[in-house]
Amino acid sequence: MSAIAIPVEKWSGKVREVTLGATAEQGGTRTKTVTVGGETTLPFLHFEGQLPHPPAIAVEIRDRPPADWSPVLLEAWGDVVNDVTAWARAAEEQGADIVLLQFSLHHDLTADYARQTLRRVLSATGLPLIVFGPGQADIDNEILVAVAEEGKGENLVLGVCEDKNYRTIVAAALAHNHMVNARTAMDVNLAKQLNILISDMGMPVERIIMDPTTGALGYGIEYGYSVMERLRLAALQGDSMTQLPMLVTPGEEAWRTKEARAGEGVPAAWGDWAERAINWETITAGTLIESGADIVVLRHPESVKRIRAMINALMN
Amino acid sequence: MALSGIQIYKLLPASSKNPEVKKHANCKECGFPTCLAFAMKLAQKQAELAQCPYVEEESKAQLEASAAPPIRLITLSADGRKLEVGNETVMFRHEKTFFHPPGLFVRVKDTQPDAAEVAKAVAGYAVEYVGMDLTLDGIAVEADGGDFAATVAAVKAASSLPLILLTEDPAAAEAGLKAAAGVRVLLWAATPDNWQAMAGLAKQYNAALAVRPAETDLNALAGLAEQVKNAGVEDIVLDPACRDFRTSLQTFTQLRRLALKHGERRVGYPILAFAGNDPLLAGQHIAKYGGFIILDSFSPATVYPLLVLRANIFTDPQKPIQVQPGVYEINNPKPSDPLMVTTNFSITYFSVANELESSGLPGWLLVADAEGMSVLTAWAAGKFDAERIAKAVNNNGLAEKLAHKRLIIPGHVAVLMGELEEELPGWEINVGPREAVDLPNYLKMQWG
Ligand code: B12
Ligand code: SF4
Repeated sequence: MSAIAIPVEKWSGKVREVTLGATAEQGGTRTKTVTVGGETTLPFLHFEGQLPHPPAIAVEIRDRPPADWSPVLLEAWGDVVNDVTAWARAAEEQGADIVLLQFSLHHDLTADYARQTLRRVLSATGLPLIVFGPGQADIDNEILVAVAEEGKGENLVLGVCEDKNYRTIVAAALAHNHMVNARTAMDVNLAKQLNILISDMGMPVERIIMDPTTGALGYGIEYGYSVMERLRLAALQGDSMTQLPMLVTPGEEAWRTKEARAGEGVPAAWGDWAERAINWETITAGTLIESGADIVVLRHPESVKRIRAMINALMN
Repeated sequence: MALSGIQIYKLLPASSKNPEVKKHANCKECGFPTCLAFAMKLAQKQAELAQCPYVEEESKAQLEASAAPPIRLITLSADGRKLEVGNETVMFRHEKTFFHPPGLFVRVKDTQPDAAEVAKAVAGYAVEYVGMDLTLDGIAVEADGGDFAATVAAVKAASSLPLILLTEDPAAAEAGLKAAAGVRVLLWAATPDNWQAMAGLAKQYNAALAVRPAETDLNALAGLAEQVKNAGVEDIVLDPACRDFRTSLQTFTQLRRLALKHGERRVGYPILAFAGNDPLLAGQHIAKYGGFIILDSFSPATVYPLLVLRANIFTDPQKPIQVQPGVYEINNPKPSDPLMVTTNFSITYFSVANELESSGLPGWLLVADAEGMSVLTAWAAGKFDAERIAKAVNNNGLAEKLAHKRLIIPGHVAVLMGELEEELPGWEINVGPREAVDLPNYLKMQWG
């Protein structure tokens, strides 16, 4: 019987290595930085390439107690949701690599308020930060410009850049040496196109993280999953505008679903509410990690723990 | 691996070294003008090998083997429940589709007093998702020093599901196989120590047989599979003896590549995976090449998301899941409650229905037949236009059913407003928000 050789595939491309945050030596105040990317093979296939960095976990926190979050989440975080600094500290304690500060939409959301909030979060945690506006173009532009200026030196990730609204955010990130998150809707070509538009403004590709968008488990995860597999395959095959680390938001998507939000009036076959909801988030996130996610944004502390265990098991 | 037309031609009479066979070359009896033409048709699967009466036995064996699927289809069954696993053709679902969802099994032990009750709960479990009833596939009964035959019999009676018998002891295996009579089971495992006895049992009782080497090693696995095959067992399942995330992902990927891309028939079988109590590991096995997946316990909060994941990963990327067009009543609406229209792409429908349901607001959701496409995709493809929406409103008798004539359309298709007003005289068209997530707020503000 002829021996079977391990089937190793040759890839010509490599995902870019991208570092978030800046320590004192680098002109910031972070106690650590986080580097993602650098893969020269498909997720976790250690036998055929380099996977120098584990996927990172970002934990989403809000500047205001979220009005529409599932009670399962609110209960898990407790009082810290009332104070963004306490929340940032708690996120770090619960094992986040990165804190994602997501501004909510409200009347106090001015440039000044955003500056102050950023200051407070920067002083509460030493982790690198991602800062997202509330998702309304005019407000996003106003507060992210202020955040970029206030956070000078910190190497923040600013978002969300979309094809309809990216110029102001990219310009602010360029001016103050930050990075950007480029989001497109589950489509390989749209993702490439936005990366090109952003780099055409002079943004080095090493400072772009792409966000191909995902659906939650049961709500379109298969589109996100396959688009990410295709983007990663394209990157490894040498297509330069796809060689960016990918960030996805399984936490936000999963916790919008009825499975995560509804505790009553649901079929008995759905099982225990909290356990089901956490499974919804972790299985969404875990599946996306296996299709190439470099940063997953999570919401529940228990999910952070379980996804960390999974990442460790896949890396070591 | 599939052979090309030329490779097939080399096995047909025209290429034969035997003059007795060669003399038939191009005799046209197959219905094609030449052996070459016949070979080309065979390669395209537009002809049957049996059409040529002169193919030599040895060539026939080669051709038949090459026509077999690269990953063998394994069928387990019980009382009308059938599970088919294998016969996959691609590494990534976007390349075509994944065809046969892995079987999800729950493990019980023969030392476990409630084994039959667990089996019954597993068999009775069904959960609705996107209009489908999702169910588990079977029970894995483990010989753990109890009364194996009695447990198998009790589980069989309680569940009527396909079974996997977990034991390395041929005597226990035989007792279990006898008790499982009538069920097509998977027997685990043939090892380097017991494979002869296990292969004999698998043949005698017509069971599928899982092979498990002493440690994770492709050659040991392939060697064992080949020994079992030479002993006459056709339905083989591979247990590469990995139990953790990293080794499983790597080894399962290697096996899939070997079978699909290297034509390595010695490992052309589905893979058996043990997920323990970790739903994330089970999730990995679903997406990454598990064939039979054994969970150590049964809990609805875990199997529901896993069944949904399996349904998602195994949908055909070319054929989106759809919901039935029609009127859906959300939160017991009254005739005065709002009417909204959306498409019959299941994800679109569920995004909207989900927001409405969780907000507690009552409403009528009209689902137009948009051939299973999302709002903008359907609009761009001309499947969600004013004419179609108007037809849906009229065909469903909404003017009679409701106490108002206001229709809310998705914000993404605001451009349809003017045309819709023409198509639906007497109706007021309202442009809703672009995203379903903003729908509850919109209704609270705009509907009064
Ligand atoms: C996945 C996808 C596909 C899939 C189809 C999946 C499917 N079953 O529909 C595929 C790859 C097949 C596809 C094909 C095409 N696509 Co396409 N596709 C997409 C993509 C990436 C995501 C669509 C999706 O699934 N969204 C998720 C669902 C849930 O969203 P949704 O249906 O809009 O529902 C949301 C809202 O509308 C709202 N909502 C829904 N109903 C209602 C009702 C009310 C009352 C309210 C208030 C709200 C509301 O709630 C939902 C959640 O917020 C979009 C990009 C994008 N940004 O959307 C492009 C997109 C829709 N596609 C587009 C195009 C052009 C096409 C093609 C015509 C391309 C081509 N030339 O062939 C084809 C058409 C198909 C055909 N001819 O057969 C364009 C449309 C452009 C435009 N603005 O008109 C888009 C926007 C991409 C782009 N920017 O160019 N596509
Ligand atoms: S039957 Fe067809 S393939 Fe066979 S020998 Fe005659 S021509 Fe050739």
